[in-house]
Amino acid sequence: MSDLAVRVDNLGKRYHIGQRAHYNTVRESFSNLFTAPIARLRGRPISRPPSTHFRSNTFWALRNVSFELRQGELLGIIGRNGAGKSTLLKILSRITEPTEGTADIRGRVRSLLEVGTGFHPELTGRENIYLNGAILGMRRAEITRKFDEIVAFAEVERFIDTPVKWYSSGMYTRLAFSVAAHLEPEVLIVDEVLAVGDIAFQQRCLGKMEEVSAGGRTVFFVSHMMFAVTRLCKRVMLIDGGQVLADGPADGVVDQYMELIGGDGSGARTWAVPDSSHDGAVRLCSVRVRLESGQVADEVDLRYPVAIEMQYDVLDPGLNLVPSYQFFNQQGTCLFVSADSGRASRPSGVGHYTSTCWIPANLLAEGKLYASAMVSSVDPYVVHIAAHHAVGFDVKNPVATDPHRAGYTGEYPGIVRPQLEWTTTVASLPSSAHALVQPLRADR
Amino acid sequence: MSAEASFVRIQASRGWSPLDLAALWEHRELIYFLAWRDVAVRYKQTVFGATWAIIQPVLQMVAFSVFFGQLAQIPSNGIPYPIFSFTALLPWNYFSTALSKSSNSLVGQQNLINKVFFPRLILPISSVLAPLLDFGIAFVVLLGMMVFFGIAPTPAIVLVPFLVVVCVMAALGTGLWLSALNVDYRDVGYIVPFLLQIWIVATPVAYPSSLVMDAWLPVYGLNPMAGVIEGFRWALLGADVPVLLLSESVVVSLILLVTGGLYYRRAERNFADVA
Repeated sequence: MSDLAVRVDNLGKRYHIGQRAHYNTVRESFSNLFTAPIARLRGRPISRPPSTHFRSNTFWALRNVSFELRQGELLGIIGRNGAGKSTLLKILSRITEPTEGTADIRGRVRSLLEVGTGFHPELTGRENIYLNGAILGMRRAEITRKFDEIVAFAEVERFIDTPVKWYSSGMYTRLAFSVAAHLEPEVLIVDEVLAVGDIAFQQRCLGKMEEVSAGGRTVFFVSHMMFAVTRLCKRVMLIDGGQVLADGPADGVVDQYMELIGGDGSGARTWAVPDSSHDGAVRLCSVRVRLESGQVADEVDLRYPVAIEMQYDVLDPGLNLVPSYQFFNQQGTCLFVSADSGRASRPSGVGHYTSTCWIPANLLAEGKLYASAMVSSVDPYVVHIAAHHAVGFDVKNPVATDPHRAGYTGEYPGIVRPQLEWTTTVASLPSSAHALVQPLRADR
Repeated sequence: MSAEASFVRIQASRGWSPLDLAALWEHRELIYFLAWRDVAVRYKQTVFGATWAIIQPVLQMVAFSVFFGQLAQIPSNGIPYPIFSFTALLPWNYFSTALSKSSNSLVGQQNLINKVFFPRLILPISSVLAPLLDFGIAFVVLLGMMVFFGIAPTPAIVLVPFLVVVCVMAALGTGLWLSALNVDYRDVGYIVPFLLQIWIVATPVAYPSSLVMDAWLPVYGLNPMAGVIEGFRWALLGADVPVLLLSESVVVSLILLVTGGLYYRRAERNFADVA
C-alpha cells in the first residue's frame, strides 16, 4: 500500500435498537436458562422475546463505506446529525468494532473525540495534563518535554497548580484542547472539538490543526462548521444515512451538504401542517423570500431590498415573542442575526402573525444565502419554534449595469458588501513637495 | 516505533481473543497514571486524609477484639486477639476495596471507554493497584503492633510480597469477571456489597481456620482469601504453615485471573456499544 495511510473497505456497523438482548437482568437470563430446555422438551418454540425483537429492529449506522487516504492527507467528514460520522470515527479509533468490512491503518492512531476526556475535577491543571496526556496515548517523557508549551498554549500559567474544578469553562476547555493539540500521531482523528471555546481560541485551534496537517500527518476531521472544513480540508466526504454520498474537492461537497440540509434551497417553504415541533406555543406556517414587488423569489439582485417573511400562529397568549432570522452563506458562516426585538416588551397574544424582515439594498454579497427562522421569548430564553435553513436564495449582481462597481468586473471578496459612506478630501501639496514632483516628470 | 510495526487491521472479531500482554506492557504508563489518579483523589477534601487508611482497620480491630475476642471468646491459637485480627483485616480490606473498585471500573468510566482507545484490561488492573497504598500504610501500623506485642516475625516474612501478589490476583480475577458482567447486568452493582458480607464470614478473618472441620477444609480453601490470610498469620505471627489452604489459594487465584481475563477480552468488544 506504498504511501497509503488508510484503506477502508466496505465498512459497516449495525446497531440494535429498542430492547437489547444483551441488556437483560440476570433474573431473565437465569429463567431462560431453565425454561428453554423445558420448552424444548415439550416441543414448543422457545420464547425469546428480546431476541426476536432484536432481529427485526436492527439498523445500519454505517454501510458500504470504502475509501483510501494517502499519508499526509486531510479528510474532512461532514453530514447531518446521526449520519454516521461519529460511528466511522469510533471504528477507526478502535473504540467499537465494525460489523463487517475492514479498515487498514498504517501508523500510530490517536483520536480526539471529545475535549478533556478523563479530566478529573479534583486534580490540578498540572496533574490533569499528565493524566489526560497518558489517556490520549502520550508517554510521560513526551508530556514533560511539551509541558511548558501546553501550558502556554492554554494560557493558564497562573492557575496550573489549582484544581480544575475551580477553572472557568473557558480555561478548562483551553487546557483540555491544548493537551490534545500536542499529540504527535501519524494518524489523527478529530471529532467536532473546535465547537468549543471563544472565537479567538477557535482561530488558534484551526491554526494548530493546519500546522499538524502541514507536518505530514494524516488527519480525519469531522465538523459542522463549514468554514473550518473548507479552510482546513482540500478533500471532503459527505456521509448521509450511513453511506458515503460524496467524496471529493471541498467546495463541491460542501455545496452538496448545504443543499442537503437546506431542503431544495428554494425561496419559499410552507408547512402543510404547521410545524409545532418544539413546545407547541407557536406553529410555523411558512417562510418566504419576497422582492419589493411582493413576488416570491429564489434569486435576488443585491442592489434592491429583499424581504424575508414568516407566518406563524401563536397559541399561548402570555408570551413576549420575538421573531428572528439567522443568515448563513454556503460555507456555513453566520453572516448576521436579526430580531424584531421591539416586540420583547409586551405579550404577543393569540393570533396568526406575519413578520417581515427587510434586508436593505447593497448589503449582501453575491452567492447562495440561507435563512433560518426562529420564534423565541427572551426572559427566560426559550425557543418556541425554529426552522434551520428554512429558505435559500441566490444573491446576484449584474456586473455590467451596477453603478457601484464603477466598471470594475473582477472578484469582489467579502461575506457582505455594504455600501458605506465615504469622504475624500483634497488639499494642495505643500510647496516643498513641488520640487519632488518636477524631477519625476523629467524622468519620463 | 516503526511504521511497519504499527500496522493495524480493524475488523469484527469472533470467539476468544488472547490476553495481549504486550499491549498492556506498551500502556504501562497509563496503568500507572490511572492508579495514581485514584490514589490522589481518594482522600481529597477530607479532614483526616490518608490517616483514614489507619483509622479504618484500627477501629475494625477494636470492634473485633471486643465482640469476637472478648465476648464471643473466639480462639486465636495463642496469638493476642487484636493482632490476630488486624493481620487478617489488612489483606481482607485490600481485597474488599480492590474488588468493589474493579467491579465498577468499567461502568464507572464509560466516558473513557466511549471516547478513547486503550487496552480495556487497564481499567480493572489500575483499580486493583490503587488500594495497595492503603495496605502499605496500614502494614506499617501492623509492624508497630508486632513490636508492641513483642512478636518477632518468622523468616517467612520474606514471602509477604508473594502473599500480596496472590491477594491481588484473587481480587483482579474476581474483579475481571464482575466488571465485565456489570456492563451487561447492572445487578452486579447490588451483588458486590452483599457478596463481600458473605465472603468475610467464609474467610478466617475473625476466627482461625483451625475451627473448620478437616473434612471440609479442601472445600473451605476454594475461597482464595482463606489461604492468603492464614499465610499472613504464618509469615508474620508464626502460626502454622497453611500448606493446603495456600496452595489451593494460588491455584484458584490463577484460574480466576486467567478465565476472568479471557471472559473480559471476549466481552470487551461490546463495551462501547452497551455501556
